[in-house]
Amino acid sequence: MKVIFEKSVPGRRGVRPARQEGCPPPQIGPRLLRDRPAELPELSELDVVRHFTELSRRNFGVDSGFYPLGSCTMKYNPKMAEQIAAYAGFSSLHPLLPQLPGGEMLVQGALAVLHEMDLALREICGMAAFTLQPLAGAHGELTGAMIIAAYHNHRGNRKTTILIPDSAHGTNPASAAIAGYQVQVIPSDADGHMDVEALRAALSDHVAGLMLTNPNTLGLFDPHIRQISDLVHGVDGLMYYDGANLNPLLGRCRPGDMGFDIVHVNLHKTFATPHGGGGPGAGPVGVCEKLVKYLPISLVGEGQDGSYFLDYGRPKSIGYIAPFYGNFSVILRAYAYILTLGREGLRRVAENATLNANYVMENLRPYYDLPYGSICKHECVFSARRQAKRGVRALDIAKALIDRGFHPPTVYFPLTVPEAMMIEPTETESKETLDAFIEAMIEIARLAETRPEDITRCPTTTVVGRLDETRAARQPDLASLK
Amino acid sequence: MPYIANTPEQQEAMLRQIGRSLEELFSDVPPDLRCPALNIPPGLTEQEVRNRLASMAARNKADLISFLGGGFYDHFIPAAVPALVSRSEFYTAYTPYQPETSQGILQAIYEYQSTICRLTDMEVANASLYDGGTALYEAIMMALRITGRPRVVVDDTVSPIYREMIRTYTSNLGIELVETPSRNGLPDREELRKHLNDRTAAVAVQNPNFFGCLDEFSDLSDLAHRCGALLIVSCYPISLGLVKTPGSMGADIVVGEGQSLGIPLGFGGPYLGFMATRREYVRKMPGRIVGRTVDGKGQQGFVLTLQTREQHIRRQKATSNICTNEGLCALTALVYLSLLGKQGLVELAKTCAEKASYAGQRLLKIPGVRMRFPKRYYFNEFVLELPVAADRIIHRLLEERFAAGFPLVRYYPGMEKSLLVAVTEKRTKEEINLFAHVLEVSL
Repeated sequence: MKVIFEKSVPGRRGVRPARQEGCPPPQIGPRLLRDRPAELPELSELDVVRHFTELSRRNFGVDSGFYPLGSCTMKYNPKMAEQIAAYAGFSSLHPLLPQLPGGEMLVQGALAVLHEMDLALREICGMAAFTLQPLAGAHGELTGAMIIAAYHNHRGNRKTTILIPDSAHGTNPASAAIAGYQVQVIPSDADGHMDVEALRAALSDHVAGLMLTNPNTLGLFDPHIRQISDLVHGVDGLMYYDGANLNPLLGRCRPGDMGFDIVHVNLHKTFATPHGGGGPGAGPVGVCEKLVKYLPISLVGEGQDGSYFLDYGRPKSIGYIAPFYGNFSVILRAYAYILTLGREGLRRVAENATLNANYVMENLRPYYDLPYGSICKHECVFSARRQAKRGVRALDIAKALIDRGFHPPTVYFPLTVPEAMMIEPTETESKETLDAFIEAMIEIARLAETRPEDITRCPTTTVVGRLDETRAARQPDLASLK
Repeated sequence: MPYIANTPEQQEAMLRQIGRSLEELFSDVPPDLRCPALNIPPGLTEQEVRNRLASMAARNKADLISFLGGGFYDHFIPAAVPALVSRSEFYTAYTPYQPETSQGILQAIYEYQSTICRLTDMEVANASLYDGGTALYEAIMMALRITGRPRVVVDDTVSPIYREMIRTYTSNLGIELVETPSRNGLPDREELRKHLNDRTAAVAVQNPNFFGCLDEFSDLSDLAHRCGALLIVSCYPISLGLVKTPGSMGADIVVGEGQSLGIPLGFGGPYLGFMATRREYVRKMPGRIVGRTVDGKGQQGFVLTLQTREQHIRRQKATSNICTNEGLCALTALVYLSLLGKQGLVELAKTCAEKASYAGQRLLKIPGVRMRFPKRYYFNEFVLELPVAADRIIHRLLEERFAAGFPLVRYYPGMEKSLLVAVTEKRTKEEINLFAHVLEVSL
């Protein structure tokens, strides 16, 4: 398919901008002007509509089919939320309005959404307060790591190191490093949990905190979590909860009760907001009571008259981390989702996410190696090492699934499992869908034994075959320039 | 239960088949960690949720005639933009880890990267960052990596909101952040020169700047390059229909807020941070990057590339912790600019500038009102100096349904009477005349 610039026809026009209504030409010094127009494509509106419609047909989303991408919680994104986000009372609201004198009264509805979302997340996670500002999960991690630094700086602690298990998401060590910390990796034990003895050995006065996902990236809940929290708190370290895997705990178990001091939540995972082809998401951060004063500027407060305001006067705060109040329309969608599910619905999400994952795990157990676990939470991690001996690797299995109409699981992650295939079905998928997926996985396992070449040549049904990634990296073609 | 497919009977059957009870599936959670029922109200029907949120939306004043900008602008959004972006094959997908089944978003990102390069006259762009402020912070971190130097100089005509963010992000990292005072609405070359030496990684400026003033930075890029530092320019993409490009002024890293490219104001997000640079720096650039390549049959295709810079490979040694881009917002910007096209963007930028010019001339007829920076050129935003405190006027005009602009005193002490006024193509001549009239009688 041609890139859009190749479809351009000189002189062709798309949408017409507003009229200038006979206003005088602007007086801008010629040396401040560009010498030729940007080479944007010249297309009719229909050309553009056809181009992007064609591109959309070359893309696979949750609406297209089963999308068990582990650690990404690709659940159904309710259509209702899209309509709500488009309400003019929200979508056309200028973010600087509340900074005008008396301006907070112009945005009471929006501030109410933020306040109520804060309250809901506190209750769900067992934390004292949330900032809704972080613009993504990794942004939440960085915010959390900066709060850890602020806490230790104010206490006069000289801390240098953040501990992170070897099964962690790559963003954890990257966020800790960008906040100025050294990273020390804690190995997993034979059960796939964090090795408590290794943790004990790593603890010292230099440890600022521990970043942990629970359940972890193997889908396993760590039963020693209270002990781990106590150990870290014992050296005045802080416990950071990566909320990527919160889905199976909704209404059943709370990070705050496990001893976590800081939590980030991925609204685009747990709370069903669309992933958007790789964003936008949102990563609100909740903290325990002693850390509330460090949360970013500003926070929504509620006045005695019941009206909401933005609190900018917070001297211990780490400061601004985002221009405004977070990815508001993402927060809005998540809020609508929480209102819809309510307390009972949230608990059912956790139960069905867990049931669906265990159902897939048990049904595939005879066919693929399962390195860890007798029960899992939201996801299960298989290894394709048995198939790899026949020349069929996890990547090949992924491509074979594409040919069978499924999005593949996450492959080659976590790093602690060779040939990893990380399957997260989510609660919104039906038994029929899971059965079809299981059947496809079994068929692929059989073919790996009998006719491995039928798998290694996949995909054959897609608009392109396997792409030359080495060439992409060695001879980068990153833009069509004119 | 909403959004849960399996019936209770199916759930029972599944549990039976795997030989477990639901409680067994949660037996790994120690009993003392199991929480009682959440204090969250029972679920609502879709109709109830929508009614409730519609009434909350109605408590916002979204129908003001707005002259409020400050880096975030009320531009017209053609119907085809949301129509295309809301195709769910795009918005319900995730990061394109599996390229064969994600060619749609991958090609769109490649086209987006190309469009950003063409707009700014740069050579490579990434797949986007969270917003203009985090993009500027990432540009600064990138300059530190490229030069290995500790100091960054940021002029105070750069958005004060972004400068607040940069202060937060750099506070704990041993980075020498210098903020220089501007002079008559533009970066003061003498001030900048004082801080430019072999410790300096970069100078960051903005065009048009927070006061709306336009500048030419070729002298600054020479100055920076002579001492081995980089020039970072933050810009407003719509202005680039008319205004000289950062690339042609010698910028090394170009960033900005892409909200104006078809993305609703939406009370602050999601927005779009864009970033472009020169080819030689691409391996130091943060964020996702899409490249064009071929498949086994030689067919063109697109993949995420240069991933060895990134967190999922490099972990604590990554160029950035960023994981997602703002894919859907990048798609929005691409669709918007493709619909406008080459001529359309020029016309749109001209219309904004013309209406702003008209507004400026009209407002200057009000006795006691003058331009704060009369010698400066502006694109579509300017600073009016009022005879009274801007806060008072803004407050009064809100009662007449006008958002008159932004009071600069909020971020610039001493500028009590300065009002930052933005004009987009959406404002009609009639609205501008009425605004001038209401302002005049309010003084």
